[in-house]
Amino acid sequence: MNIDLSFYNLEMIRQYVLSGFLFSLQLTVIGTIGGIFFGTLLALMRLSGKRTFTIPAGAYVNMMRSIPLVMVILWFFLLMPSILGRPIGAEASAIITFIAFESAFFCEIMRSGIQSIPRGQIYAGQAMGMTYAQNMRLVILPQAFRNMIPVLLTQTIVLFQDTSLVYAIGAYDMLKGFEVAGKNYGRPIETYLAAAVIYFFICFGLSRLVKILQQRVAIIR
Amino acid sequence: MSWNWEVFCKSTLDENFSPVCFGTGGETTYLDWIMSAWGWTLSVSALGLLIAMVLGILMGALRTLPPDNFVTRLLATISNVWVELFRNIPVLVQVFLWYHVVPALIPVLKGLPSFILVSLALGFFTSSRIAEQVRAGIGALPRGQRFAAMAMGLTTFQSYRYVILPMALRIVIPPLTSESMNIIKNSSVAFAVSVAELTLFAMQAQEETSRGIEIYLGVTALYVVSALTVNRIMALIESKTRVPGFIVSASSGGH
Repeated sequence: MNIDLSFYNLEMIRQYVLSGFLFSLQLTVIGTIGGIFFGTLLALMRLSGKRTFTIPAGAYVNMMRSIPLVMVILWFFLLMPSILGRPIGAEASAIITFIAFESAFFCEIMRSGIQSIPRGQIYAGQAMGMTYAQNMRLVILPQAFRNMIPVLLTQTIVLFQDTSLVYAIGAYDMLKGFEVAGKNYGRPIETYLAAAVIYFFICFGLSRLVKILQQRVAIIR
Repeated sequence: MSWNWEVFCKSTLDENFSPVCFGTGGETTYLDWIMSAWGWTLSVSALGLLIAMVLGILMGALRTLPPDNFVTRLLATISNVWVELFRNIPVLVQVFLWYHVVPALIPVLKGLPSFILVSLALGFFTSSRIAEQVRAGIGALPRGQRFAAMAMGLTTFQSYRYVILPMALRIVIPPLTSESMNIIKNSSVAFAVSVAELTLFAMQAQEETSRGIEIYLGVTALYVVSALTVNRIMALIESKTRVPGFIVSASSGGH
């Protein structure tokens, strides 16, 4: 067999790969931001000590963590139209799925982040007369975020890798872009290899950054 | 909305329903199909886990070799590259590489069924994570263990075989448990290369029967049952192999 890379040019990349890459990126960014937001809420619920909050939040997180992501993607794609009452595209469904799925994982990260803050910080906030919300927003969560930045970023890299799984519902992400290009040019081997190389360099580069950050951000205790 | 669990008793070919739900006389029902799909999921996961354990323990051990000479440094570098390579490519892309690219580059692998190729992909992917855990487990051992082995006159291989690995592997059983559960979840990517496992069953049966919710619930339940079973088996292994009074937990640290 011989490898032929001559069909790689700007035109081909713009036509097939770029929109897929942008969707993967969009999914990663929205999934991370939404996941951290709802994950923090879930973590606060799990740590609230009130059964009406801890039981549903715990059940949700454990359920999401024990089902394969591909199945979660399929579930949302199946259920979303009847929940929203109208048809929904694969891309929109994927975005909702990733926020819902990743919030379970970010919840566990934020929970250990919040638990890493000494109790004295909470008491200090309370002694200052802060309400629960003020205490969390101004004292606990900023420190928890800071301590957890490397772990949150590592999870983001995992999330970026997981975006390739939207293949299951036919959403057009970067992997799909390479695949379609491979089919149209009759060169699947070169395009799968190129996809692997690009995923590798993005994820490897990001994980190097996380390592550097890990050394810079000292954990406050 | 109404439930229709009878869909599992329906024949996959016509509109007949089997009274015992399992197909009789050469007919297959959806229940037969989901059970065989479960078998494929478990087989792919088991074979993948076997490959991942062997390679992961090997690579994890190589990464901790003392940098005494050229050979050990080379081996440590190889295992570093290994881990970075297989950890930073999405598992689905790795499945495609094994299915489309590797047989074209290595003609010997051409005749292999996709079941084997997917197991290899899952095994190599998971081996990089297991290598990390094993390395951390070896790093968590007191250094005296290694020195004691050296003082006994054991070679490097012997000290790993008889002293370091037996202790380190016990330490890493909890993370290995979650990797074993992960590989069952990750085996769902095998749908992409048409291995007839649970996720592919879910997609095809949903389309054929339009009873997606019942089908998906069945598949999801089987995934959860599989993961819980693995969890219990690993807990059993952990309690059977415990060294009395030595290890409480890798994370709880010393006194």
